[in-house]
Amino acid sequence: MNPTVAQLTLRTLLGKRRAWLLLVLPAVLLALALVIRLAVGAGSREEVAIGLLGAFALGTLVPLLGVIAGTGAIGPEIDDGSIVYLLAKPVSRHSIVITKLLVAVGVVTVFAALPVALAGLLMTGTDDRLALGYGLGALVAGTAYCALFLLLAVLTRNAVVVGLIYALVWESLIGGFVPGAQALSIQQWSLALTRMVVGDRADALDVTAAVRPGIAIPLLLVLVVAATAFAGSRLRSLRLTGDE
Amino acid sequence: MSTLALTAVSRWFGNVVAVNDVSMTIGPGVTGLLGPNGAGKSTLINMMGGFLAPSTGSVTLDGEPVWRREQVYRHVGIVPEREGMYDVVTGWAFVLANARLHRLPDPDAAARRALDLVEMSDVAHREIGTYSKGMKQRVKMASALVHDPPVLLLDEPFNGMDPRQRLHLMELLRSMGRSGRTVLFSSHILEEVEEIADTIEVMVAGRHAASGDFREIRRLMTERPHQYTVQSSDDRALAAAVIADGCASSVGLESSTLRVYATDHARFVHVLPKLARGGGIRLYDVSPADESLESVFAYLVTR
Repeated sequence: MNPTVAQLTLRTLLGKRRAWLLLVLPAVLLALALVIRLAVGAGSREEVAIGLLGAFALGTLVPLLGVIAGTGAIGPEIDDGSIVYLLAKPVSRHSIVITKLLVAVGVVTVFAALPVALAGLLMTGTDDRLALGYGLGALVAGTAYCALFLLLAVLTRNAVVVGLIYALVWESLIGGFVPGAQALSIQQWSLALTRMVVGDRADALDVTAAVRPGIAIPLLLVLVVAATAFAGSRLRSLRLTGDE
Repeated sequence: MSTLALTAVSRWFGNVVAVNDVSMTIGPGVTGLLGPNGAGKSTLINMMGGFLAPSTGSVTLDGEPVWRREQVYRHVGIVPEREGMYDVVTGWAFVLANARLHRLPDPDAAARRALDLVEMSDVAHREIGTYSKGMKQRVKMASALVHDPPVLLLDEPFNGMDPRQRLHLMELLRSMGRSGRTVLFSSHILEEVEEIADTIEVMVAGRHAASGDFREIRRLMTERPHQYTVQSSDDRALAAAVIADGCASSVGLESSTLRVYATDHARFVHVLPKLARGGGIRLYDVSPADESLESVFAYLVTR
């Protein structure tokens, strides 16, 4: 962890239009949660809440913020060449990547995990630990997306597009048609944790996940560690060729 | 005192050879890397700075390879050509961040000193996004100098500077060279290089075309034999006249062309028509044979 790298990364991530982009989705989520709380009767509120938290929060908001924070933590600097000021320093490339990942995770915690937990609280209070379960799921998923998309940003200039295709096409669309695809889905792995937190009532509430926690947790850990290590080693041999 | 050494360095991108078998040693003092755009200067500087691996050959700083070694940056300062540089932070914050990344014992003092050196202290509180090209160039310079490195690599540092800033940077580079630092800068403008460089390395089309001090290069460029092919109504008579004149060291007669090795290029070009006219010979075609070197030459004399 390098505080100077963290500072510069945060300034780029929250600079200009991006901060606005980060705020829109959580604001929409909280607004919807408020509407549900006011308009939907207590009896069917849990069911509606699970729909919103599953499909919109974990299915759309978290992966999108993961793309923005994960690629945004390093992509713009590689694109405009300013990464050279970090690389032309006696600083370990791995510590640069780890720092940037931590900043990105901080951003998804604030703009995704906390709003998801808050939306859960608004709609269902502390019933069945739904707020905690989905909040934790969002945090874990957000962390994994950040690690994956940060690696993508080091590997390719088209990281945002590839990230969106993965998150929206693979996880949502293909996962919807081909159940087998869900075994390789950050969203499903995180839902396994949500199920674990919700506990015995998960089946009754229809909180589903394609994999069991015993598989999901190791997969998440391996993904985060491997992606971060790989990104660090790729950054060591990042080609800076200028405009020529 | 530090020495950068390139040994048989080539670099290609797919099918394109950007740098072709270059060997050179850059020692203390100011070295100018001169060449037209696209000659491979940036590729060469990127390899010297450890941002690009040579495809073959080696780049070393005081005997240690620079590729994939973060510790070389303790001794190297880099001024990149590209402009991207954290537009949302102030000049002060940017240079200070560079000082902190070097883990300097007193980053504040180092940042202040570097900004003073490039005369940017007065506007250091402004965001980099608001700077002119010349100001950005000077802040980049400050970021490269903040740790007082023995080696300084600058890619087209004079681009976008106004004449006053240019003179100031020239003086700065000269004084750094005098104090025993190894300073290398690239440029496509002869006057800049002539003005401040002790040594000049000329790159043309990826190749190391010439090396030495400025007068040496100028001499090589102007005095080296130039080859011409000539077609005329009487090659044999024209060959005799050229040799008799003394502007060429040798001539060669081939089927329908005359090859001339002109030692005094300027004189040859001047007297050839006169010689032809005097001998009643018609000239059909006169062309320089070695296009690539000729283009360097033309380039150097016209700039």
